[in-house]
Amino acid sequence: MTDIHRQLSGPQHDPAGDAGHDGHPPRVGFFTDTSVCIGCKACEVACKEWNAIPEDGMSLTGMSYDNSEGLGASTWRHVAFIEQDAPAAKSPEPEGRTELRWLMSSDVCKHCTHAACLDVCPTGSLFRTEFGTVVVQEDICNGCGYCVPACPYGVIEQRKDDGRVFKCTMCYDRLGAGQEPACAKACPTESIQFGPLDELRERAALRVDELHRAGVEDARLYGHDPEDGVGGDGAFFLLLDEPEVYGLPPDPVVTTRDLPAMWKHAGLAALSLVAGSVLSFAAAAFTSRRSAG
Amino acid sequence: MVPRADFTSYYGKPVIKPPSWQARDIAGYFFLGGLAGAGSVLAAGAQLTGRRAFATAMKLSSLGAVSLSAAALVHDLGKPERFVNMLRVVKPTSPMSVGSWLLAVYGPAAGAAAASAVTGRLPRAGAAATLAAAVLGPAVATYTGVLAADTAVPAWHDAYRELPYLFAASATAAASGMALAVSPLHDNGPARAAALLGGSLDLAIGGVMERRLGLVGQAYRDGKAGRLMRAAQALTAAGMGVAGLMGGRSRLAAAVGGAALLCGSACTRFGVFYAGVASAEDPRYTVVPQRERLEAAERRQKPA
Ligand code: SF4
Repeated sequence: MTDIHRQLSGPQHDPAGDAGHDGHPPRVGFFTDTSVCIGCKACEVACKEWNAIPEDGMSLTGMSYDNSEGLGASTWRHVAFIEQDAPAAKSPEPEGRTELRWLMSSDVCKHCTHAACLDVCPTGSLFRTEFGTVVVQEDICNGCGYCVPACPYGVIEQRKDDGRVFKCTMCYDRLGAGQEPACAKACPTESIQFGPLDELRERAALRVDELHRAGVEDARLYGHDPEDGVGGDGAFFLLLDEPEVYGLPPDPVVTTRDLPAMWKHAGLAALSLVAGSVLSFAAAAFTSRRSAG
Repeated sequence: MVPRADFTSYYGKPVIKPPSWQARDIAGYFFLGGLAGAGSVLAAGAQLTGRRAFATAMKLSSLGAVSLSAAALVHDLGKPERFVNMLRVVKPTSPMSVGSWLLAVYGPAAGAAAASAVTGRLPRAGAAATLAAAVLGPAVATYTGVLAADTAVPAWHDAYRELPYLFAASATAAASGMALAVSPLHDNGPARAAALLGGSLDLAIGGVMERRLGLVGQAYRDGKAGRLMRAAQALTAAGMGVAGLMGGRSRLAAAVGGAALLCGSACTRFGVFYAGVASAEDPRYTVVPQRERLEAAERRQKPA
């Protein structure tokens, strides 16, 4: 594998160092354990307040208790609510009642190891911080919107009124002051855990084992694996069902993994365009000579 | 192929965010960039083979097209002064950065080539500019395929092997259409040949792409994208027929055939654009192929 491939995909244990931060602090992240989320939305509120995010409308969506619908320019933490018929009730319910299972999960920017948003940003506005997180510098963002369809998780979004993009900064200002992000601070059940990513990964592995032993076979980690399509997420999850149930992509891949191949094809296509034109002029010369001769 | 129906999503919401770009700006930009870039190559060929009027017409066409395409790009940013930030850094991982720099060099070259051809001044510099525009033009025409493909949009990303070639063929069809419409009849042999070549490759590559995409190819057949892609095929085929059969004898046929090729190319770009948007808005196109990929990987790991 060449260097360029390694930069664009695959395991990368030091994204901050790779971005040129020497002597940087350890990479930090979020481990969101959805098995203890109670859907209180304290994280959504704390995030909005701390980051002074504008109000972005109140609507009753009919999507259970979810009225913020998804992550966006003005929603950097989003609690998803899923109502399901419980898959396998341990004991049969009386009178044919089915048990309701309620899944709740607080979603956030994944702060990808290989962040497509950052890769495709033409201005350098999106950058890798010394903490290994991904942040937008609003004074440089020029509103091109390229990062929006590049993100494999549908996180980053433009604000309609000014065209610039906004997303979770993992409370960059608080990290700089040695504090944890507002959402993690506000979470009453420790569903949102903040800390050095290595520690979080260890803790998460133990937690899944614990749940499996307790008979919660559906428990699984999502975004924890440095071998996955984005090189692992800085914000990863413990889920109780398939990722797509929560609106998450089951196997996201950073689009720039294929960029070297794309440039190669564009180069070949450009050459074939020239060749086609040469051919056209040659064909015209040939036929006119033939009709003249 | 009928899309697999059984997949789960979060209340049917899209997994990724569709591009917020305006179709007119960005699909228009794809089309105009192709017209300009391939036009510069035809202009250089015409100049080298002594077809003066043909060359000048195509230089003017390329200048007009690249100016409009730059305007579309700037318009899409909302505030024009924001364009300067595009040239703040050079980033090969960002096709938009690469494209901005390409345009920043290609645009003036195309402008100088046209200015010299029209005024007759500085013929040497004009020839150099013509050559420079012909070298950069093909890149301007094809990099937009990468611009679209380097996203999480299924109908674009999954087509990354075909889009640059489709755009090259579509650009050739557009530029030859323009050449047929504006250059003198006795000189348009190369334009007719390029129309047949570009048009037939456009149709062939489009077909290959749709088939290879499997489920995601449906995004190119349904709805607005499907209508545009079908219109593109019909217009391109008709343009090739009219221009190829009668474009060497009849001024009217050359103009009509050329116009059909131009419209066909525009429809292709808008069709690709809307297919991308539709594939981003429907979670099926994100979830099902990823699920299938995971299942295939699992099967490989533990063979039955
Ligand atoms: S989740 Fe999306 S917005 Fe967040 S770092 Fe990854 S690509 Fe960027």
